[in-house]
Amino acid sequence: MASPLQRVSPFNVTALALGLAFLYLPIVILIIYSFNASRLVTVWGGWSTRWYREFFNDRAMLEAAWMSLKVGVVSATAATLLGTLAAVALSRGGAFRGRTLFSGMLYAPLVMPEVITGLSLLLLFVGLNAERGFFTVTIAHTTLTMCFVTSVVQSRLAALDRSLEEAAMDLGCDPLRAFAAVTLPLILPSVAAGWMLAFTLSLDDLVIASFTTGPGSATLPIRIYSEVRLGVKPEINAICTMIVAAIALAIVAASLASKLSGVRGETAAPL
Amino acid sequence: MSARRIFARPARIAAVAPYLWMLLLFLVPFGFVLKIGLSQVAIAQPPYTPVFDLAAGWSALRTALDALSLDNFRLLVTDSLYVLSYLRSIVVALVSTALLLAIGYPIAYGMARLPRRWQATAMMLVIVPFWTSFLIRIYAWINILQHDGLLNQTLLALHIISQPLVWLSTDTAMYLGIVYSYLPFMILPLYATLAKIDPALLEAAGDLGASRVRAFWLVTFPLSLPGVGAGVVLCFIPIVGEFVIPDLLAGSDNMMIGQTLWLEFFINKDWPLASAAAVMLLVLLLAPLLIYQRLQRRELEPR
Repeated sequence: MASPLQRVSPFNVTALALGLAFLYLPIVILIIYSFNASRLVTVWGGWSTRWYREFFNDRAMLEAAWMSLKVGVVSATAATLLGTLAAVALSRGGAFRGRTLFSGMLYAPLVMPEVITGLSLLLLFVGLNAERGFFTVTIAHTTLTMCFVTSVVQSRLAALDRSLEEAAMDLGCDPLRAFAAVTLPLILPSVAAGWMLAFTLSLDDLVIASFTTGPGSATLPIRIYSEVRLGVKPEINAICTMIVAAIALAIVAASLASKLSGVRGETAAPL
Repeated sequence: MSARRIFARPARIAAVAPYLWMLLLFLVPFGFVLKIGLSQVAIAQPPYTPVFDLAAGWSALRTALDALSLDNFRLLVTDSLYVLSYLRSIVVALVSTALLLAIGYPIAYGMARLPRRWQATAMMLVIVPFWTSFLIRIYAWINILQHDGLLNQTLLALHIISQPLVWLSTDTAMYLGIVYSYLPFMILPLYATLAKIDPALLEAAGDLGASRVRAFWLVTFPLSLPGVGAGVVLCFIPIVGEFVIPDLLAGSDNMMIGQTLWLEFFINKDWPLASAAAVMLLVLLLAPLLIYQRLQRRELEPR
């Protein structure tokens, strides 16, 4: 058995438990209060779903939610395409001219403060005389989220055994065929995870959307933010709970999918 | 030619589309920021005087170059409002990063000590909040921290305080929000390095008579330093430019640079000044960004 130095101590367990409680408690409280019948957010008035009904009657909120969904789906799809291409180039392309600049441009937005990214994109759109709205927000989100897709897919590609695709080529596949038949099926779970990440990031973004959107096309976070600035409203609790539930469902689905493909994934996909 | 090299050629072609995209939408916009930062504010739409117009030819460019002004930058480094918001951003980012490290390390350490089969679950549990909306998580804290919120109610019920305390619009609330939001960014790189440490090293330290605490400081901690570095830059850089958290949780008397930029842009409509502030912020972050790039390259591009 492990030496006493490696055993899990009560200190380890306490730190972990407290940490997880800290991460989850506020969200749990938010969810509970979304079912509060009382208009005063802090007074418990019994269970009720009235704030959910209120949301479904709130036209402006619904429009913003619809806008966010559209932006999220389109930008996540574009970002997954571009990001996967970039990941393949970085992890399989070897050395090429401009590689350092390329990877630099793809890594920087992961940590770049959003106010900078948002402002610079807005100035570009204004400089190009582009009308601000759905398209500008979608393009902005694609730019940000493709970098996340790149790093998710790239880390999968880095862990992947290259001899598989090389074997396919030795057996007569051309590179494209080898990629489609061997590499792509193996990275597919991480491509799907990249799409999910891109979608949730887009759905979540306030700062970049605020800079790049135009009048009449507010996204959900922009609307939520303007409501939150005025104070806590039970309806916001309900909206937030629905977003959290949707994301939780998606994560469970994604982890199930990756488990299923994991069972299949190690045995090479049929050519 | 080896299969690997044949594969590399089409792989390089795959770079073309994302390369052009990032050049146009990430690099070129910085040129615009710099250009607007050097121009003057005007009451117009868009609200700045154009610096130059290529169509007008060389002579126009010459006069335009003469009209460039460093006034915005001069204002930023002399006006105490801006200088203070810079300093505040740095202080807040430093303090938050230190707090995150102090809180995140024991959690990551606890995760790495769990039996293997539990580690994946623990990691999942840390990642999930990162997927939940940032704004929602801050909003959740407003629920708790407001005047008649859960925190004051609990403290009153426990007779720890006799009057509700002010939590919202304080620096305490802001730090709480930052630590809460960025904790996964600190835990994950720490955990990644801690989990990789060979247990035989600790065993050896134990055989040589080291106590738990001594073995930790002599073996585990030095080996985890790459993770510490990654966690620190991963948190520090975005926190310096943070807008949402200080805006919603901190008081309005002291602003961070991200808030100043937002204010100049959205409220005062002074685009040139906002652009100049963005340039200054970028300059401040250049060194940490370069460190981050190196870490990221080492992580994702083995060899």
